[in-house]
Amino acid sequence: MKDKGDCIVYDEEKAKRIREHGKRWEQQRLRPLLSRSPERLTRFSTVSDEEISALYTPSDVEDLEFLNDVGFPGEYPYTRGVQPSMYRGRLWTMRQFSGFGSAEDTNARYHYLLSQGQTGLSVAFHFPTLMGYDSDHQRARGEVGMCGVAVDSLKDMEILFHKIPLDRITTSMTINAPAAILLAMYIAVAEQQGVSAKRIGGTIQNDILKEYIAQHSWIFPPDPSMRIITDILAYCSDHVPKWNTISISGYHIREAGSTAVQELAFTIADGIAYVRAGMEAGIPVDKFAPRLSFFFNAHMDFFEEIAKYRAARRMWARIMRERFKAQDENSWKLRFHTQTAGVTLTAQQPTNNVVRVALQGLMAVLGGTQSLHTNSMDESLALPTEQAVTIALRTQQILAEESGVANSIDPLGGSFLLEKLTNEMEGKAMAYIRKIDEMGGMVEAVKRGYPQREVIDASYHYQRLLEKGEKRIVGVNCYQGNEELPIPLLKIDKEVERKQVARTREVRRKRNAKRVISRIDALKDASLSRTNLMPVILDAVKDYVTLGEICDAFRETMGTYTDPAMY
Amino acid sequence: MARARAKERSEGRRRKGDRKVRVLVGKPGLDGHDRGAKIIARALRDAGFEVIYTGLHQTPEMIVNAAVQEDVDAIGLSILSGAHNYLFPKVVELLKGKKMGNVVVFGGGIIPDGDIPGLRKKGVDRIFTPGTSLSEIVEYVNKRIRARA
Repeated sequence: MKDKGDCIVYDEEKAKRIREHGKRWEQQRLRPLLSRSPERLTRFSTVSDEEISALYTPSDVEDLEFLNDVGFPGEYPYTRGVQPSMYRGRLWTMRQFSGFGSAEDTNARYHYLLSQGQTGLSVAFHFPTLMGYDSDHQRARGEVGMCGVAVDSLKDMEILFHKIPLDRITTSMTINAPAAILLAMYIAVAEQQGVSAKRIGGTIQNDILKEYIAQHSWIFPPDPSMRIITDILAYCSDHVPKWNTISISGYHIREAGSTAVQELAFTIADGIAYVRAGMEAGIPVDKFAPRLSFFFNAHMDFFEEIAKYRAARRMWARIMRERFKAQDENSWKLRFHTQTAGVTLTAQQPTNNVVRVALQGLMAVLGGTQSLHTNSMDESLALPTEQAVTIALRTQQILAEESGVANSIDPLGGSFLLEKLTNEMEGKAMAYIRKIDEMGGMVEAVKRGYPQREVIDASYHYQRLLEKGEKRIVGVNCYQGNEELPIPLLKIDKEVERKQVARTREVRRKRNAKRVISRIDALKDASLSRTNLMPVILDAVKDYVTLGEICDAFRETMGTYTDPAMY
Repeated sequence: MARARAKERSEGRRRKGDRKVRVLVGKPGLDGHDRGAKIIARALRDAGFEVIYTGLHQTPEMIVNAAVQEDVDAIGLSILSGAHNYLFPKVVELLKGKKMGNVVVFGGGIIPDGDIPGLRKKGVDRIFTPGTSLSEIVEYVNKRIRARA
């Protein structure tokens, strides 16, 4: 039963008058006008191709119960934000995802970004690290340092964080299949700086389910991968209490071509799978759930995106409290990072990307994000130059300091359109979640290829709309210019690969070979038993066992995953 | 629209007797960005070509072996990690080694304009950069295979 007294339009008589007025307006004002001069399009829809009405009024949100559905910031169900003071207390963390070339190159970029007012670090690793290969592996040829920074051993990690105080700076690492190894290296570097694991803060992405769905940097099959994740949950809740153990990510699902609803639904369904796995591994929900965080995309459709963030908070709160019976308020709060959508950047007229990113950054802030990465205008062409990343960072600073949007909490809350979209977003995403529940949860759904197929279909649908001109992108299928202003691009020095390979080989020569063999044996043994893998990995990295060697040991005992290659 | 697609289909069927033109879409290297490759694979299939999609994380050797086994007419490669300067020419080189130098190799992804002349010199027939329409790629494959026949 709805509590009518709590509804936004609580006076039946007034509600009726508004409804009737709305009908009259449509028949007497709008229709006659449209018969003379029709609307520009036969159908208006969001970038996800969800239909949007001409006008939203109180009649669209008659059933919305203010305290139950919207409420106050810092209170269940957190629709308006997870903190009571939001940006009036502290601004979002400005965290630019960054990594290229060697550990030295990237360390210099980190020092530059921090000197320019960035407030947290975010590491981009190159593909061989993401896939668990050392830089001297045959499969790493041509890839070293190209798409991120090369990290093979603790030696590289020491250089990467040289003179960066890990007790004061938090670091997010986009790393999934080998997340446990990079976290262990980070802990080891912190200890070298005299900072105990209890004091370090940051995030590992560690979200393997969305790797199968979208980002595709996997190593092991789903079941052993979930075991590594629950080992991390258990270890961190005891030893690294300030660490965000999983960044449950919709970002890559969206980049792979999903709709906003799919991004939201699959991300929350992934979150449900991790909570289930943690609980089934015997960890009390309130011991690990407060350290789960989220990561969403800021795509191009302004209100659709803001509705997505608000719906995400409300859904997670309800799921954690009602479904999983979490007691701790911190388990109910969906904290999230946002990155502006890389896929919306155009290679044509690239300076226009500055404007796209500013709009997307604004959506994230209006949606109550905890941290933000703004893309650089040149990222449709290469990794960003220092100049381009500075403009991207300044964009956030202009939003924070000049625009006034951080002055009031959830400033668009109560908008008829936004509240309606938030409700629709939640309803459609919950329908997906029920379907995935029926399959046995996301691990099973992924094995069947269900979310993968949904994303491919959505991506192809959007591409067809673009081809038909039903969706328009400035500079790509409309307003094409003949002359393109060339912008400077970052080039990765070919020497990076040679030097990195040499360094890793030197690390192998200098370390204690006998210790390495026993560490690798211990890794294999632990992976075949139920021992928590984290302490064993930590011991291995401290003896300079490389990332590739650790992954090889696990490949042997856990097997590997290969692309089902559906399209 | 429907008529245009039917026309593309009939063009797709017209070589090597009645056998459809076979295109292998490949993802060499370690990058996981397959949105573009999958869209191209579907578009080529819808245009009437027989498409073999390799899936992700292929070595140049794996791609060329698949090309030999499937006896393809063309190979479309997609890379978004920056490793194209090594991996694209490697595929061309291995094809020549298998006496399949007549297979048309084209590519796409995040490829800076400055890298394109070097790749063409090493035997990559055409590079498509972001924003290319599907019809342009279908038309290219049609024309290029016909010119070669």
